[in-house]
Amino acid sequence: MSSTDISINQDVHHVHEEHDHHHDQNFFQKYIFSLDHKVIAKQFLFMGILWAFIGGFLSILFRLQLGWPEATFTFLEPILGGWVENGKLNPEFYLALVTMHGTIMVFFVLTAGLSGTFSNFLIPLQIGARDMASGFMNMLSFWIFFISSIIMFFSLFLSTGPAAGGWTVYPPLSALPEAIQGSGSGMTMWLISMALFIVSQLLGGVNYITTVINLRTKGMSMTKLPLTIWAFFLTAIVGLLAFPVLFSAALLLIFDRSFGTSFFLSDIYIAGQALTNTGGSPILFQHLFWFLGHPEVYIVIMPAMGLVSEVIATNSRKPIFGYRAMIGSLFGITVLSFVVWAHHMFVTGMNPFLGSVFMFLTLIIAVPSAVKVFNWLATIWRGNIRFTSAMMFAIGFVSLFISGGLTGIILGNSAIDIQLHDTYFVVAHFHLVMGAAAFFGMFCGVYHWFPKMFGRMLDEKLGFVHFWATFIAVYLVFMPMHYIGIAGFPRRYYNWTGFETFNIFTDLNTFISIAAILGFSAQFVFLFNFIYSIFRGRRATENPWHSNTLEWTTPVLPGHGNWPGEVPTVYRWPYDYSKPGAAEDYIPQTVPFSQTQSSNLPSERDFE
Amino acid sequence: MANFQINDQDSRTGLHPLKFSLWLIIISIIMMFAAFTSAYIVRREEGNWLEFELPTILLVNTIVIVLSSVTMQLAHNAAKNNNLGLLKVLLLLTLGLGTAFLIGQWYGWVDLVQNNIYFGGTGSNPSGSFLYVLTGVHGFHLITGLVFVAIVYFSSLKYKVHSKNMLRIQLCTVYWHFLGGLWVYLYIFLRINH
Repeated sequence: MSSTDISINQDVHHVHEEHDHHHDQNFFQKYIFSLDHKVIAKQFLFMGILWAFIGGFLSILFRLQLGWPEATFTFLEPILGGWVENGKLNPEFYLALVTMHGTIMVFFVLTAGLSGTFSNFLIPLQIGARDMASGFMNMLSFWIFFISSIIMFFSLFLSTGPAAGGWTVYPPLSALPEAIQGSGSGMTMWLISMALFIVSQLLGGVNYITTVINLRTKGMSMTKLPLTIWAFFLTAIVGLLAFPVLFSAALLLIFDRSFGTSFFLSDIYIAGQALTNTGGSPILFQHLFWFLGHPEVYIVIMPAMGLVSEVIATNSRKPIFGYRAMIGSLFGITVLSFVVWAHHMFVTGMNPFLGSVFMFLTLIIAVPSAVKVFNWLATIWRGNIRFTSAMMFAIGFVSLFISGGLTGIILGNSAIDIQLHDTYFVVAHFHLVMGAAAFFGMFCGVYHWFPKMFGRMLDEKLGFVHFWATFIAVYLVFMPMHYIGIAGFPRRYYNWTGFETFNIFTDLNTFISIAAILGFSAQFVFLFNFIYSIFRGRRATENPWHSNTLEWTTPVLPGHGNWPGEVPTVYRWPYDYSKPGAAEDYIPQTVPFSQTQSSNLPSERDFE
Repeated sequence: MANFQINDQDSRTGLHPLKFSLWLIIISIIMMFAAFTSAYIVRREEGNWLEFELPTILLVNTIVIVLSSVTMQLAHNAAKNNNLGLLKVLLLLTLGLGTAFLIGQWYGWVDLVQNNIYFGGTGSNPSGSFLYVLTGVHGFHLITGLVFVAIVYFSSLKYKVHSKNMLRIQLCTVYWHFLGGLWVYLYIFLRINH
């Protein structure tokens, strides 16, 4: 409750603003325990990038095993130590790799790294606020995330390994330390880390929602908000409603594991001995988990959608097509995300009638998704396109979202799911539609807003190299997976050479692994570009992309408080690009209609 | 402290941003208990469910927490009317009633254990464990509420709670009413599902 004593401080308030540029802050206040949303955003970004490299590296390790099942990996011994025995990857460690790859990518990179970075950075800048509603809560959000990260990172180095029951941590596997090594202290740390992670996300989300609702500048009505803000806002609402349920599930699992309760355990025999647990239901966990787990994929993809909408409109030099439809479809996705969770559970023996209800609701999601895709394509259509790196990633996002989304329609059918469940078809589907697509959205955001973050430009040539290598690699990795998935190739199998049916896919698996290594290597181009450009990049101007939104009206490197003087007033929506009759091909939101009489539409004459 | 103080006038909704945040936090707590209680119903439908009597003391606790809500509201009104002496007494009373509720809940657990309803271990059934979880997690939140009331009490000793500085006690009152309401919901829920 750091800032509860506020309402009498009104007079003090203005004094603070004036002292804005020379208040004495030491290094720790300025860069470590900062209350400035921009610094916190960068902290989330750096952590996200770090985690992305760890998560990516883990995937390369298990791709080595899958691509070359007969090979010996003695060269990995210096890194992995006891996990490589005589050159063979330990099977339980393989499961741990898969689990940690999923956990890290879904939660630490694409939730905290994506929402944490861009919601924090863009919400105050684009709505015209000096900072988040509570800077203290915002700082707390990052530091709790940091502690959660440390615990999760530390669990990688346990002698029994990190959690290994899959990122979905289904009990009884995850609940019984006797089941696999990874369900020992690795799983305990996973649960503690995730519980902290949820607290961090809730603190962040509460701030995002409050800020968007309450702190918009003069003239910034909800229908003048950039689509980025709408996406972050609705993402935060989804998180606020979904994450507490995961917290409940995690808490019950903690009790089952450490306090001897039986919420998810019943009638289990280990080596012929019955456990004392009776009366639990493992399906109950799946319901609780997927009630978060499904909205979670929208928590991952919606911010990317928002970033892409903004970048596509700016770089097509055209108003976004169907602004209201874009908001409406985000609303549709938000609502639907909560009523489709059981499509992950079609094969748990659920009532087939219930299955068809969830199938119906699932397929409806295709409608808002298609609206969005149509609108992006219609925005690009006949646009005066500028192929910046950010724009390339935005277009790449749309491509991946279409390719991955189409298989969603196939997987959503409860009958087809019986064949495809837990095969590489599912892996291909969700990696394209939420994994790679969300990554592309994040890259698109980094390339586009880098100048505002660091006052310098990223190198465009390296950006192109990064884009094409990543884009091609992603398709080379995931397209063949559809094929082996339809053939029944199961996920999470350490060794598949023992099965006659799957032996024929050896070459294809090697191919996928090579493509994955290529794709991972390409990320080092980005890393170099990112670090180099922070220090040596070309200096940015205030508005390098000729964009309309408010963040480009701030100085090149905005201080705490964002605008040195008054917060600008907003007069128009953010998508007045290439307006007929206008002097330039963009009109920032801060330009009143009285100054643009030549381009005003008949309906806008009243505002002059 | 943040460099940029925010006040009611800046806010679009006319509601102080912190108050708005508090409501959002309350929503997330509601979602958590919605998960617990719906898990309870789903699990109960599946059978193998131990039926037992709720400890009678829970009814007494319910009355105590409702009373504490009344004293909290009166404390809020006293602050509004600048009746600072009464404010301190009522805040202390709220603290006392809240603590009494927690002690009562503890005796509820003692009662359960005496009836061989255990949280975990051999012979425990999810029906009992759920009761412990619901009361325990609610109790945890009530402790956070008590800490908040204590903070308001100590700032009232420094004359920082009065009609021109109502934010802190307003937040506290909203949170305290919520915690009381949450318990009343849980009690009715448990009564119906027993």
